[in-house]
Amino acid sequence: MDLTFSPAQEAFRTEARAWLEAHVPAPGTLASLDTAEGFEQHRAWERTMFEDRWSVVSWPAQYGGRDVGIFEWLIFEEEYYRAGGPRRVSQNGVFLLAPTMFEHATPAQKARYLPPMAAGDEIWCQGWSEPDAGSDLAGIRSRATPNASGDGWVLDGQKTWCSRGAFAEWCFGIFRTDPGAERHRGLTYFLVPMDAPGVTVRPISQLDGETGFAEVFFEGVEVADDQILGSVGEGWTVAMSTAGSERGLSLRSPARYSEAAGRLIDLYAARADGDGPQAGRIADDVARAYIDAEAYKLHTYWTASKVADGHSVGPEASCNKIFWSETDLAIHTAALQLLGPEAELLDPDPSGEGQAQPGPWLDGYLFALAGPIYAGTNEIQRNVVAERLLGLPRG
Amino acid sequence: MWWPSACSGCRGVEDQVRFAFTEQQLELRGAVRQVLARECTVADLRAMALGDRHGGAGRTHERWSVLAELGATGLLVPQAHGGLGLGELELVGVLEEAGWAGLPEPLLESAGLAAPLMAAADAASNGGAGSVLGRFLEKVAAGEVVATVGGIDVTSAGLVTTTTPSPEVTQGTVVTPRVTGASVAGVALVALNLPGAGWQLHLVEADPDGVTTTPSIDPTRDLGTLEWSPWPHTLIASGERAEAMLSDLADRAALFSAAQLLGLTERMITMAADYAKERRQFGKPIGSFQAVKHHLANARVALEFARPTTYRAADSIARDLADRSAHASMAKAMASDAADLAARVALQVHGAIGYTWECDLQLWMKRAWVLSAAWGDAPTHRSRVLSHAMAAAAER
Repeated sequence: MDLTFSPAQEAFRTEARAWLEAHVPAPGTLASLDTAEGFEQHRAWERTMFEDRWSVVSWPAQYGGRDVGIFEWLIFEEEYYRAGGPRRVSQNGVFLLAPTMFEHATPAQKARYLPPMAAGDEIWCQGWSEPDAGSDLAGIRSRATPNASGDGWVLDGQKTWCSRGAFAEWCFGIFRTDPGAERHRGLTYFLVPMDAPGVTVRPISQLDGETGFAEVFFEGVEVADDQILGSVGEGWTVAMSTAGSERGLSLRSPARYSEAAGRLIDLYAARADGDGPQAGRIADDVARAYIDAEAYKLHTYWTASKVADGHSVGPEASCNKIFWSETDLAIHTAALQLLGPEAELLDPDPSGEGQAQPGPWLDGYLFALAGPIYAGTNEIQRNVVAERLLGLPRG
Repeated sequence: MWWPSACSGCRGVEDQVRFAFTEQQLELRGAVRQVLARECTVADLRAMALGDRHGGAGRTHERWSVLAELGATGLLVPQAHGGLGLGELELVGVLEEAGWAGLPEPLLESAGLAAPLMAAADAASNGGAGSVLGRFLEKVAAGEVVATVGGIDVTSAGLVTTTTPSPEVTQGTVVTPRVTGASVAGVALVALNLPGAGWQLHLVEADPDGVTTTPSIDPTRDLGTLEWSPWPHTLIASGERAEAMLSDLADRAALFSAAQLLGLTERMITMAADYAKERRQFGKPIGSFQAVKHHLANARVALEFARPTTYRAADSIARDLADRSAHASMAKAMASDAADLAARVALQVHGAIGYTWECDLQLWMKRAWVLSAAWGDAPTHRSRVLSHAMAAAAER
């Protein structure tokens, strides 16, 4: 056991830190990525990173990456959050679809889709949930039928809660190709351009009032055979590979929580009323959130070592998803408690110092509230933990 | 999980970060698991719980002997004194197994706390193999003598002594309550901090007349009060040096109780999950109901994250890192919470059966209650972590 990084890894960290310090936009200079203006500003940032090969460090060099290992990726993420890097508008593509593509895509598909994804030229949204299929994902009804000439497919149906859906160029979604098959078997994973004839997007405003996700309607949308990821009827397997990334290592790097937990300590130092009636309870909540962020980091290192040793992550990924989402909430809940009645204020006091002000914490809290819901609700994850790690019978 | 670059060429490199146990560490742990499955059965524990503690002392002796044969009793003892000369990481695995098996004997206190304290005191006094401490260390490593510690507790305000002057007004006699393994220990390292004396650490040899057994809620726990007299020849450290040694002791105590709590937690979750697969209501196993599943999943998640936190603390103490105390406190906070949750959930899943003396769950549950509170409970350790984090933030 050795938790010290090698000289080469430290050199990688130094290089990443220097680049990020020179290039990360100052706080507050980019509009929210869930607005049209902010979306384009965040896309430009992805392009800036791509040009110096920082947008997808873990990918092979031929697609714009640096071929680095899992610990280097974690180091990059630590530096990214340390530098206050913007939210990644390309997240759905880079962290969810790309790992699935590396596993299931043809060489031609990888060559076609990965470089523009890395450059931010093509931003992806996820088309999984439907109005009647959320946690019960295998209950989707959107369908794909062979087209008249037999060389492609026609998509019909409705997807919803598509993050980045309001502005994205592409959508990865699962559609039913065999209505007669058992529900998990008749599904196929499609890659669909959002400007295809027959695609209609209706943005949905989230809790913060911005259009972070959308409903997407498909009416007779023509797609070619080479827009299928994996093979026909294997959509569930391919989707579970994506879900493994959502719940496992790639979607939420521990750096996000370590950075927020560090700010929480600063906020506590600035705001805690040492003798107030709530002081003891808030101190305990702050300490618990801080320790949880640290535990999440350690668990990620543990898992990364398993992966580096050639083992797979397995259903422990569901523990992961429960823990990071609850840790995020614990950090932000404690922060809002420290802010007390000021917690409701949307705009930070311009005269104050950013960290100890409400605005960013409120944003973070709203974001954290979604965590236990997306990427498979925590209730579904608890079922997975109980059934696959503890062997309890299906209900 | 798949990884795009698979880190080709970096595997096998010596200086690569690796947060995992070695094969040898896993083998030692596996050997302890095997031996305890044979030597520490539920029937053995029940015999002790039914008041047969002294009648069961034969089994205690046998168990201790096989643990000594594996080297567990002298795991942290230097090889020069007949020990294995291994580190905290190895002992953490062994103590997880002790927790899983419900081992009643004070392996944590003897091998994990008293032995390294004696080794440190011996090294500081240039004792060599012929010294009193050195001779005790050899006997402890060989399993001939059980050692324990007492007289100290961990609070959010710091270390406090539990040793007080004897109320019997016997001049020069002190009383140290709640010493684990008091009736089997041949030697105890006991702390005191009396007005005018400052911190002192004494080596107290067993005196059957000086031990009063203290009943504990945990029926297999050997707990007692020591009445003893500090003399110049029993003193092995004082002042700042004693305080530093006791601070190290507190870190190891937090770490090793966390390790044992992990094993207890896993056993309680397993017992409850097994029961939930068997017990049927409404025509199905109760484990098929989400209310039951989610209880157990929550405990399993708590265990999952307490583990690496504990392993990191072991590595930090073994390497004597500056943050080792904070890391040990994080481990104890996480492990205590996981054990408390698992105990609560396992009882609930068992229902009324779990509330009976007949149900084996009690043997693990009560040990979990005890160890969760020992050496600083979760809030105490969280408070220590917060102080540490605040100090680190102030330095930034």
